[in-house]
Amino acid sequence: MTPTADNEARLKPLMLATLAGDQRAYRALLAELRTHLVRYYARRLNNPAAADDLVQETLMAIHTRRLTYDPTQPFTAWLHAIARYKLIDHFRRSKLRQTLPLEEDAAIFAADDAGDATARMDVDAVLATLPDRPAALIRQVKLEGASIAEAAGRAGMSETAAKVAIHRGLKALTARFIGGAK
Amino acid sequence: MTDDLIARLTDELQPAPKRAVPRRLAIGLGAGIFVAAVAMLLWLGLRPDLAEAVFGMMYWWKFLYTAIFAALAFWAAARLARPGGSMRKPMVALFALVAFAGAMGIAQLIIMPPEMSRELVMGGSALLCPFYIVALSIPVYAATALVMRRLAPTNLAGAGFAAGLLAGSAASWVYAFHCTENGMPFLAIWYTTGILIAAVLGAILGRWALRW
Repeated sequence: MTPTADNEARLKPLMLATLAGDQRAYRALLAELRTHLVRYYARRLNNPAAADDLVQETLMAIHTRRLTYDPTQPFTAWLHAIARYKLIDHFRRSKLRQTLPLEEDAAIFAADDAGDATARMDVDAVLATLPDRPAALIRQVKLEGASIAEAAGRAGMSETAAKVAIHRGLKALTARFIGGAK
Repeated sequence: MTDDLIARLTDELQPAPKRAVPRRLAIGLGAGIFVAAVAMLLWLGLRPDLAEAVFGMMYWWKFLYTAIFAALAFWAAARLARPGGSMRKPMVALFALVAFAGAMGIAQLIIMPPEMSRELVMGGSALLCPFYIVALSIPVYAATALVMRRLAPTNLAGAGFAAGLLAGSAASWVYAFHCTENGMPFLAIWYTTGILIAAVLGAILGRWALRW
């Protein structure tokens, strides 16, 4: 989404018509913006689901806040500022999410208990990418429902060390398989 | 899914009102000033000598300094309420205004006999003045921030700073109807300090209060 003169010359008249209430111009504008935004977020996030959410969120923000566009200014600059704001907002929110306490994600993994064989094999494959000890701890605590104290005792380590190992392991897995969740 | 969204947004399209950003900001500012003025009247009261004071120069210097400050801060806030807005030009103008008030204050200190200096700088309410200005700026900041977060500031700290400048200067304009100080240095130092404290608090709060 480089603010080239070409984009500006094409998009700005569409935006001006949109502000006047022209639905056909608006449909054309949104269709173009969508392809721009998909490319913009795909290039900056390696998480397609999050990128897709951001495209929709940004289109919605453009809609509800279109009256903040000043017709004397370039349209692409306005668009870029909103897209960038939404991207930064996304990073800020995903950082918050990562600081949730460890226990919060137990429920997600617990749902895998009754999962079918393929899901279980997937989990095994994923855990196999970790060193043995953290993998065993995660399996016991998160999949088999053991308490951290039990698992730590079995592994012969302190409870705190077990917690840290589990947390690091999950974080490594998140980075490896979901990616982009910075 | 995005197709549905685009179809829905297209159906919802209404013509956008013109000059909506300054108009909405002005409505918020007006509401905030009204609350600040009522608070000032009930809590501090008008200066008892208002009827005579309006014939003196200093009353009008205070009135004008705070009103022009508020107008420039409004300009900054309106720019930062838009995506990608920059407040460089309004800040240059504000800096010139403060420099002018400072120069007038220094001139007064030079012209007046030295034994008057303390009175001109400190008056009788030097430390209370910024405190009252910050207190009266709270309703103005709340009202402008509520408007701003429904617009589209993308630099939240900057937008909060501009909203704080606006709230502080509008509050100091209201406070000038109570304040009996007569020194130009007092105005330049303590009024400006109150406004700047409001602006810094506004910037800190803005990062959270202006999120959308």
